[in-house]
Amino acid sequence: MPLQAYLTLAAIVFCLGLFGTVTRRNTVGILLGVELMLNAVNINFVAFSRFHGSDAGMVFTLFAICITVAEVALGLAIVILLFRTRKTATADHVDWLKG
Amino acid sequence: MTLEVIAFWLFAVLLVGAGLAVVIGKNLFHSVLWLALALVSTAGIFLTLDAEFIAAVQVLLYAGGVVTVVVFAIVVTERLVGERISQTSRHLAAGAIVSAGVLALLLRGITHAGMALPRPPLEGDLTRRLGTSLLTRYVLPFELLAVLLLVGLLAASYFARPEE
Repeated sequence: MPLQAYLTLAAIVFCLGLFGTVTRRNTVGILLGVELMLNAVNINFVAFSRFHGSDAGMVFTLFAICITVAEVALGLAIVILLFRTRKTATADHVDWLKG
Repeated sequence: MTLEVIAFWLFAVLLVGAGLAVVIGKNLFHSVLWLALALVSTAGIFLTLDAEFIAAVQVLLYAGGVVTVVVFAIVVTERLVGERISQTSRHLAAGAIVSAGVLALLLRGITHAGMALPRPPLEGDLTRRLGTSLLTRYVLPFELLAVLLLVGLLAASYFARPEE
């Protein structure tokens, strides 16, 4: 498959994730959209790395995957804490910083 | 059609279909299961790019770790609230317009950039090369990653501490 096929696939998945992130109201749902977007970027990294013949993209993908795992663990810890204090999982209900 | 082309299309259709189900499904738990399918299909895409090690990491960390943690969080929060989480969406039209616009821009960039690179033949063992560069040239980010994971572990356990 040509490089364009991989880039197009990643663009479609990224926009699906963007749609989910913008439209979801539940915080866990928003996090799932972010996951899809990060995943799409990883496809781009690996595809560029393979077609360019350099390892840097794959090393970057490894780092991105590990950092995403840390991000998800922290994000869900925040969601659980939010449930304890406010009994809600809806992002719109968390607006303490609103002036 | 070669095996590689068939595999690409199979995993691409699975990935896009599962991704669509993640963002439009009503039940949050089903969304997570669809996300697991999307992540495994991505591992398949990595396999068509000859990146076996990345595919294995993807399945172990992403599909294994992330999905487990999300399911765990849903179970915990559901117990706290005492009702089944069905999620609603809002601003569907605006969200669709925004993501369609971004998609159009990206596709325009992809088609106009002229990146018709031929796929180079595979040189040597990719996993071996990856490991070598991870522990030579990229050893500092690698160690920083270990620190980041430790900080994340501490912070997550601090956030999730039992109430006083």
